[in-house]
Amino acid sequence: MDALIEKLKGQIIEQLNLAEVKPEEINPDSPLFGEGLGLDSIDALELIVLLEKHYGIKIQDPKDGKTIFQSLRTMAEYIKSQGKS
Amino acid sequence: MNAITSYAHIKHNTVTVNGTVVFKSASSVSIHEFLLESYKFLAMNYPKFHKMDVQCKLAIIATEFALRETALLTENDLAKIAIVFSNHASSLDTDKAYQNSISDKSNYFPSPAIFVYTLPNITIGELAIRHKITGENAFFVCEKFDPALLINYCESLYLNGIDAVIAGWVEAETNNDEAFIFLSESQRNTNKNAIFKPLNQTTLTELYNLT
Amino acid sequence: MIFASYNNIISPLGFSTEENFHAVTHSKTGVRKIIFPFATEPFCVAKIDDEKIKEHVSVIQAPESFTKLEQLSILSIQDVIRKSGLDPSGERTLLLYSTTKGNIDVLENSYPHMNPNRVYLSELGKQLQSYFKFKHTPLILSNACISGILGIIVAKRLIETKQYDNVIVCGGDILSEFTMSGFKSFNALSGDPSKPFDANRTGINLGEAVASILITNQKTYAGKYDAEVVAGASANDANHISGPSRTGEGLFQCLQQILKDNHSEIGFISAHGTATPYNDEMESIAFERSGLSEVPVNSLKGYYGHTLGAAGVLETILSLESMKHQRLIKSEGYEIKGISGHITMIDRHKEKAFNSFIKTASGFGGCNAAALFKKIN
Repeated sequence: MDALIEKLKGQIIEQLNLAEVKPEEINPDSPLFGEGLGLDSIDALELIVLLEKHYGIKIQDPKDGKTIFQSLRTMAEYIKSQGKS
Repeated sequence: MNAITSYAHIKHNTVTVNGTVVFKSASSVSIHEFLLESYKFLAMNYPKFHKMDVQCKLAIIATEFALRETALLTENDLAKIAIVFSNHASSLDTDKAYQNSISDKSNYFPSPAIFVYTLPNITIGELAIRHKITGENAFFVCEKFDPALLINYCESLYLNGIDAVIAGWVEAETNNDEAFIFLSESQRNTNKNAIFKPLNQTTLTELYNLT
Repeated sequence: MIFASYNNIISPLGFSTEENFHAVTHSKTGVRKIIFPFATEPFCVAKIDDEKIKEHVSVIQAPESFTKLEQLSILSIQDVIRKSGLDPSGERTLLLYSTTKGNIDVLENSYPHMNPNRVYLSELGKQLQSYFKFKHTPLILSNACISGILGIIVAKRLIETKQYDNVIVCGGDILSEFTMSGFKSFNALSGDPSKPFDANRTGINLGEAVASILITNQKTYAGKYDAEVVAGASANDANHISGPSRTGEGLFQCLQQILKDNHSEIGFISAHGTATPYNDEMESIAFERSGLSEVPVNSLKGYYGHTLGAAGVLETILSLESMKHQRLIKSEGYEIKGISGHITMIDRHKEKAFNSFIKTASGFGGCNAAALFKKIN
């Protein structure tokens, strides 16, 4: 799980152009949206693209994104649950 | 009397403000690196900047340099400041990047974060968000920098109750990246660095060609 | 006084304003499910029939030398010139072209025999200039989904500041894989005919159209409309590049601006009404905040889909027809109230005596615009 979280950190920083964020600054349990990383609605759509591009996972209902993208850990757990790590 | 109170010109990795070179990167440096170096030079703390396309970054940086020399943002109602930009390529640089993301059917990942920048007026939107400016907007596309168009449109905005205009030319195109932003105000502002040039075609043409 | 005069609409519902007005007042919609070669699932869009285009373009000299958007634009502008008798080569006449993506299908390599630089919007202007022999280089405005209505507002200002007497405002955009895949990536498209302001709305249908209107201060060109462009304004939410302000700040500011010297009763509002959850909600709030709760509202997107740069011009023209015939057009797709702002939707076609209307639009980049039109007595 930890290895997957570390990998995700790098992918998120790259995909979302978080140039000023260092991987070690992202707490796997803090919220990705609002406070925490401060991502917005376009970032949420990009995370859907990221899952498809790197893990072959298609989120059919974007509303599911809300629970999946709560934190890095929930995201990693979701990828595991899809058997795609 | 409406005046030009400050201007900034970015070209060939060089920033000129009110006629003086204030920042420069080596000519071998890419436009992306140059813009990042400018961002650091300005000590801007604005993480959103890194998400923008080149055109938005050019506009944000050039305007930031021009604004430092005036009190435009503090001495005018933000709802009465207009932003009027123009260029030749519309958003073609980003259009091509987006088209690339959908041209290979086996590697088909249309990106919303790229698509959103395939409208030239997003440049205006990013600048409006950066400074909370809510006045009039217009993005014109023309073959080359058109002082008559910009001056005439500024004048028509002043007749319609606008107090200040951030206007100019912003073009992101390989080897031809350029931003020329001028600030114009209907009232004198108190910043001692501000210049006071008449808002007319002759002056604007002169300032544009100067650098 | 600045008149809103001769005009034309080219859309899936017809090649003239009259055909289009007849279609919408008979509740015909141009929206269909179509499977495009690049996609496996169908898109619900308003597409102009290719065969119909072929029939009409025969009047153009060397039609194969023009892109699809250029062909449609030539037909539309030609209709306005013919009806008004305006001389395009006149010193006091300008063509203003409003578009979001112009000839974007050139990037998709749809015209291998053409120079790739045709993708530049100024090239589109040049083609139209040389076809009609316009004296001045056409002015191009690209301001997302407010391009059309902002074009009319800019035309009014250019005339007010005495730069021109006549401005033909032409708004146009075509369906392309580029825009369809982009809006899809934003999860903004509806798989079914869109339902503006309805509780069950799920998003946009894209559409294609070209619409042209003559804005002039010359009484001789004022035409049969006897309508005036009274006021116009634009404003930015300064909030988010793709999402509208939750409180409708920019649109509210536009409405304040156009209503400040015009307190008389407003006949109806032709809203933007794209049928995305956020847009329609935002508009309802802005209308209520502006004291317009009792003014009838429609969105024409249920008939045409979202025609991007054409929308503002197309919807203004149909609203002028509406005013001329004293008939309100039903907001197609609306059944159950699905917005929190208190507004009055036009739920069926109906007769009404009125002499003014407001056209609004909002778009990506946080931009908003509104214009007020009045009947001249």
